[in-house]
Formats: sequence, C-alpha cells, structure tokens
Amino acid sequence: MQLTRVSYGKIILSPTIIILLLWILVPLALTVYYSFQSYNMLDGGSTGYIGWMNYEFFIFDEAFYDAIINTFITVLSLLLFTVFFGFIFASLLNSDIFLSGLVKVLYISPFLVIPTVSALLWKNLMMDPINGFIAFLLNLFNYEGIDFLNEYPLASIITMLSWTWIPFATLLILTSLKSIDKQMIESAKIDGANTFQISIFIILPNIIRSINVIILLETIFFLAVFAEISIATNGGPGTETTNLPFLIFQKGLQNFDVGESSAGGLIAVLLANFVAIFLINLLRKNI
Amino acid sequence: MINKIIISLITWFFGLVFFFPILWMFLTSFKTEMEAIKFPPSFIFELTLVNYFEIQERSNYFKYALNSITISFGSTFLGIALAIPVSWSLAFIKNKYKDFILLWILSTKMMPAVGVLVPMYIIFRDAKLMDTHFGMIVILTLTNLPIIVWLLYNYFAEIPYEIIESSHIDGANILNEIISIVLPLSLPGISSAFLLSVILCWNEAFWSLMLTSTNSAPLSVFIASFSSPEGLFWAKLSAASVMAIMPIMVLGWFSQKQLVSGLTFGAIK
Repeated sequence: MQLTRVSYGKIILSPTIIILLLWILVPLALTVYYSFQSYNMLDGGSTGYIGWMNYEFFIFDEAFYDAIINTFITVLSLLLFTVFFGFIFASLLNSDIFLSGLVKVLYISPFLVIPTVSALLWKNLMMDPINGFIAFLLNLFNYEGIDFLNEYPLASIITMLSWTWIPFATLLILTSLKSIDKQMIESAKIDGANTFQISIFIILPNIIRSINVIILLETIFFLAVFAEISIATNGGPGTETTNLPFLIFQKGLQNFDVGESSAGGLIAVLLANFVAIFLINLLRKNI
Repeated sequence: MINKIIISLITWFFGLVFFFPILWMFLTSFKTEMEAIKFPPSFIFELTLVNYFEIQERSNYFKYALNSITISFGSTFLGIALAIPVSWSLAFIKNKYKDFILLWILSTKMMPAVGVLVPMYIIFRDAKLMDTHFGMIVILTLTNLPIIVWLLYNYFAEIPYEIIESSHIDGANILNEIISIVLPLSLPGISSAFLLSVILCWNEAFWSLMLTSTNSAPLSVFIASFSSPEGLFWAKLSAASVMAIMPIMVLGWFSQKQLVSGLTFGAIK
C-alpha cells in the first residue's frame, strides 16, 4: 500500500514535468537551430546553415549597442526608483495613520493596470504636450508644455514603468516591515536603544532580504519590458527607447529575419539566466 | 496625536498624487470628446455615459471582454488542474529530488519570453494556433504554471501530515485523499492561486500582442488599438480602459497578500 502510494506519487509528477520540459526545450532548441540558419519568413523557409553570421549581424548592428545600453539604463534606474520610493511609501504605510487600509489601495492600484492601458494613459492623458495634464501643471507655473515622449523618451518610459512597479516594491517592503517583532523593538527601547540604533540593527537587516528579492525578481521582469515601449514609443524616436526584447521583436516579426532574431533571443536568454542563477540560490535558502 | 495627523496627511497626499493618473482617466471617461481634450482641463463638467455606450457600438467591446474572460479562466482552470497533483506529490510523497524539482519548475519562469518568440510564432503559425483561444490558453497556462505549483505546494505543505495519514487507515485511495481531504483543507490557498492566476492572465500583454489579432484578442490588445494616430479619442479610450481594468483592480485590492506571496514564489510571507 505504502509503496504503491509513493510510486503513484512520483508517476503523477511526470505529466506536468514533461509538459514544462517540452515548453522549455523545444522552442529553445529551435531558437538555437534557427540562429545558425539563413531564414527570412518572407522568402518562405530556411536556406541553410550560415555559421555565426546571424550573431555577427545582430551584435555588430548599431541598434544592438543602443538596445543594450537602454536595457541597462532602464533596469538600473527602475531598480533604484522602485526600491527608494518603495521604502518611503512602505514606511509611511507602516506608521499609525487614519484609514490605512484605504490609502494602501491608492498605492498598489497602478500595479494592477494592464500594461497597454498604462502606456496609453501616460502617453495621452498625462504626457501629451498640448492637452496633457502635466502640460497643464507646467502652464500653471508659466512653463511651456513639454513633448516628453520625443524629448525625453527613455526617461518617460522609465517614469511609466516606475509608476507600475513602485507598488510591487512597496508591498514587499511593507510585508517585511510588518513581520518585524514589535516586542523586540520595545525591549530594545527599554534597553536604551535610540531610533537610529533600532533602524540600523533591527529594521534594516529585516528589509534587506526583501530588497534582495525585489532586486532579483524585478531585474528579470525589467529585462523583459515590452508592451509599454511597443505602445508608447515603438522603440523610438530612432532607437532611443529600443531595448533588447523590442529589438528582437523588430528583427523577427517586423523584418521577418528569423535567424538574426533567434540569435538575439539566445543572447537575451543567456543574460536572464545569469540573473536567474543568483535568484535561485537566494530562494534555495528559503524553501 | 498631532504626529498621527501629520503622517496621515502626508501619506494621503502622496497616495492621491500616485493614484491620480487612474483617477484622471476615470473622470475623463465621463466627459464628451470635446471636453476631454479641452485645455486647461475641466474639473467640473456635465457627466455623460455616452462613451461607455459608444465603445460597445463602435468596437464591439464585449467580444474582447469575453476573450479576456475565456482566456483568463480557461488558463487558470487548466493550470490549477495540472498543478494540484504535482503540488500534492511534492508536499506529501517522500522524494529526494523534491528541492531540485521545485527549483527547476521555478527556473522555467526565468526564461525570457522574447528568447523563444520566433519559434513560438512559427509553431503557432504552422499549427494554425495563431489568434485562437486555445493557443492563448495553452501559452498562458505554461507561463503561470510554475507560480501556481509553488503557491499550492506552500499551502499543501502546511496541512499536518497526521491528517493525511489517518485517511490511509480509512483506506482512502489517492484520488479520494486529494478530493476529500487535501482540497477542502487548502481551499483558501486554491482560491488565492486562482485569483492570482486570473489577474496575471488578464494583465498579460506580451504574448497577447504577438499571437492574437481579432478573433481571440483580449482587452490588453483591444486597448492597444487606440494607439493608432487616427485622432484623439481620449474619452472613449478612458471609458474602455476603465472597463478593462476595474474588475481586476478590485480583485487585486482584496488579494494583496496572495499577490505578494505568489509573485515572490513564497520568498516573502
């Protein structure tokens, strides 16, 4: 009885594991295969092996450098903004305030907005140089409206994405602040610790772990940003907001160059795996 | 007390500023198109529901809403059905590879979608899955399955083993054990996995933009069609957006805890 239960239990794992394995391996193997083929969808099919040519084309394309730089600027500045504001907002929400449940809703809502909605909301209602709300605020102070998406395109994209992801950091930091043992703080106070010491020795170690998780998870999300760029700026003007995912999309589904797009895709996979290894090691300690 | 009032005011002020774009969109959805692009913008105006009616008439809003519902719920049901046996096995059956399997399942979530974009596009094209509900349900199930497995595993693992053991004495088989003991005891966990999966599917935009156009396009793609520069339809855009985000936003308000534990794979509880 016990033996059959155990073996059934293991057999039952296999369908899902096989499905996930196929989901990872088949497309990935195809990406590797295509990346060495000369294949444009407009020409019908693959015209054969071309070695590392696709990688050369992709890497020596000037847009690749722009894309890599834009990707890193986006990831790093978003990490900075989300953790910074997340910490401030979480500290505010963690204090004793009126209607704290209700005000929390205000802070987390942007995270629940569909990315395409958020892109168009910012592009039109907020950032439009003539009728947008920010132009109105600037006018109040006697400034001209600014065409944000053309003059400061990457900063505008980063603003939109910060708006979406600050709630995520806020929620995570707030959760870890709430898990701090209040009695520990009380007894530290009795022992004569001041606010500064309590912050450094009790609160900080507690939120550092959540900040680690935020940084690693967000990096994975931010490396994959696509919808906001595609809708708000379409990678432009020029390549000013083109990041790695958008460039791969352009090569593959706009220029129909399967080979080069696959080479780029593989570079993106390697980049993400590099980050993922850190994340997995971190989570391994917490199972 | 004065402290509390000051901090409350600060918190509420920043909260309202942060929330303002959503509020502004909400207000704009009740303006006429003329009123919506007026400058300086109007704060007091005659409310109209005309946008909400015209969205349906002009662009068949409900078709897209129905697509979103079909895809989100279809993929969520499928994902939970696949995840329950896996999570049950990992939580209750001794397995020396348990940690490895859990981490491997998680690692599949780390693969950037764009890395397999072209092959998936070609597979979808050749298998005639392009712009079908079935194709979208399959791909969203695969992307969310790791999160659902982890969530359910965490909930199942909290069930005391004695309860499971006692069911063996009663002679319950595995199916009975899952249906009549594990599932009822972890109902809150299953419903939160359900909620999270629906939210993630509803807000998904990458695969939806790539693999759907009209027939199975969800609301995220419908809204994207407003980005074409044919003219400014801010009021209608706002009305459509409000209808698209409201149900999920309200769900999200009530499931903040699940959002956190789901999106961090239980690393933060």
